[in-house]
Amino acid sequence: MTIEISNVTKHYGSFEALKDISLNIPKGELVALLGPSGSGKTTLLRMIAGLESIEEGTISFDGSDLTDKHVNQRDVGFVFQHYALFKHMTVFDNIAFGLNVRKKRLRPSKKEIEVKVYELLELVKLSGFANRYPAQLSGGQRQRVALARALAVEPQMLLLDEPFGALDAKVRKELRSWLRKLHNEINVTSVFVTHDQEEALDVADRIVIMNNGKIEQIGTPSEVYDNPASPFVYDFLGNVNLFHGRLHKGKLNLGYAQLDAPDYLDAMDKNAVGYVRPHHLNIEREKKSVDAIATKVYFIHSIGPKWHIELKREDSDTYVEVELNKAEHAQLDLTVGEVVYVRPKEMKVFIPEDFVI
Amino acid sequence: MATDLVKNEGKHIHKPTAVKKETNWTKRILITVMFLYLSIFLLVPLVYIFVKAFEQGSGVYFAAITNSDALDAIKLTLLVTLITVPLNTVFGIAAAWLITRFQFKGKQLLLSLIELPFAVSPVIAGLVLVLFFGPRGVMGPLFSEFGIKILFSTPGIVIATMFVTLPFVARELIPVMQAQGKAEEEAAISLGASGWQMFVRVTLPNIKWGLLYGMILCNARAIGEFGAVSVISGRIRGMTNTMPLHVEILYNEYQFSAAFAVASLMSLLAILTLTIKAWIEWRAEKQLTA
Repeated sequence: MTIEISNVTKHYGSFEALKDISLNIPKGELVALLGPSGSGKTTLLRMIAGLESIEEGTISFDGSDLTDKHVNQRDVGFVFQHYALFKHMTVFDNIAFGLNVRKKRLRPSKKEIEVKVYELLELVKLSGFANRYPAQLSGGQRQRVALARALAVEPQMLLLDEPFGALDAKVRKELRSWLRKLHNEINVTSVFVTHDQEEALDVADRIVIMNNGKIEQIGTPSEVYDNPASPFVYDFLGNVNLFHGRLHKGKLNLGYAQLDAPDYLDAMDKNAVGYVRPHHLNIEREKKSVDAIATKVYFIHSIGPKWHIELKREDSDTYVEVELNKAEHAQLDLTVGEVVYVRPKEMKVFIPEDFVI
Repeated sequence: MATDLVKNEGKHIHKPTAVKKETNWTKRILITVMFLYLSIFLLVPLVYIFVKAFEQGSGVYFAAITNSDALDAIKLTLLVTLITVPLNTVFGIAAAWLITRFQFKGKQLLLSLIELPFAVSPVIAGLVLVLFFGPRGVMGPLFSEFGIKILFSTPGIVIATMFVTLPFVARELIPVMQAQGKAEEEAAISLGASGWQMFVRVTLPNIKWGLLYGMILCNARAIGEFGAVSVISGRIRGMTNTMPLHVEILYNEYQFSAAFAVASLMSLLAILTLTIKAWIEWRAEKQLTA
């Protein structure tokens, strides 16, 4: 069941929420819509569900046009950010709702509904909770009820809006891997919205990175992480150090240091920025090559097993962040104020003009 | 060091008790003032109504409320209430739905219009309706062509009462529905519910206490409305007299006991309304904490 989104546009007043979005979601995939708030990701999800009207463009599902189909005819399971469970109904009635509202000839018998609900409760690991009210459940349990409720109608696709946004860090991690396993079991085409890059990288088959109502990049987690298509994607997917310089014939010239940029052998004297992740920087005590940048150690702190070193560049007022593991840190034995050289192991160069509209 | 500690401890024990005593006194004084105030302005008059009503014995009392004019007034009041409350309930739900679930221009204006009857004196409202539906008014000739009499008859009283009680249900529901948000309704729709199923199964259970509360207030006002109805009804005995109008007529005719008897009946209705209201609040609170 492929979801095909073509040339979809949406305005809120004069604000352009989505600009000419086209996207294909293959059958059975778990896709993340990732982006900062205001990027249009939730709007796009709500449009697929039919909760938001489409101004221009079409959304079709397995070849049949959904654009003018009402929400309750679309066969989607929607999981809301704050669960949206029916407060006055028990867990059982919440899950059975979608089956109970069916037209009489399509409605399963009472017995069948009961079997189905208990099956789903089993699936979301809430077997003993059928008679509880939503207020009597924890956040993670409510989210699982919401998921079971959406799955009860056997939807063609499952849409989840920031499914773990309102949960605390530990529960979020648990539910995340559980969702991944669940998706492998039931294999329904799923789209979820998130602003958490770690969540997207961890769970999704494919990630759609959005910014300002446009798609920046589509790809598998490793594709987008290792080969970001734009400075925005690079920046959004993790911490990054920027090295501004002049790009000329495959070299990025920073003044005191010169970095290799083999992708741009025929570039002629352009302003460019080198993007380097903190764990792609080496720290050395001596300047061994032209690509070593002189810095002074400014701040050292540990986050769990990782060490973060903040360094101030000697040639400018900018700071560089380096991530070391425990062994590297122990071996270097840095002290604050000491002058050392940082050398990029991997770098991606972007020429700003290409991305300014 | 040791002396310091003792000193501090002393202060520590002393201070909170002083504060506590002060709040206790404030509380006591306020409670006394409130009770005195409410007794003088509410309780004593209420008791006085019943004392006056039974002054000439229960025979006169029951004669006053079973008198045919009185019975007609009671019937008319109940009829008007039975028409107005459901109509304004439907209107209130529709208005609250529109305001809380849709974005449109002029929303603020609509909100102000809904509250207009609170701001306008009922007598003026009555006068406007008289001019509007009168023989020289905009709508009067049209209706009289079809043989429908609005002025000095039941339809006029119903219209006047509807005007005055229009805001009650909507005003109770708007904040409730605003707080509720539309996520649950969207969830119901996405699960395949029709608009009506969503309303009955999800919206209504969520707003039922607010709705009942608004209906109770609307009901109380519909029974007690005097100003607007007095202007438009023409006060024809046995025909267009509602309970409050009947009380005034009896009073003006120096039939004090009879006037107070009918007034006591209205007071009983008010007390009943208050009791139901208190019960609804108690239930709603219980459900919130459950």
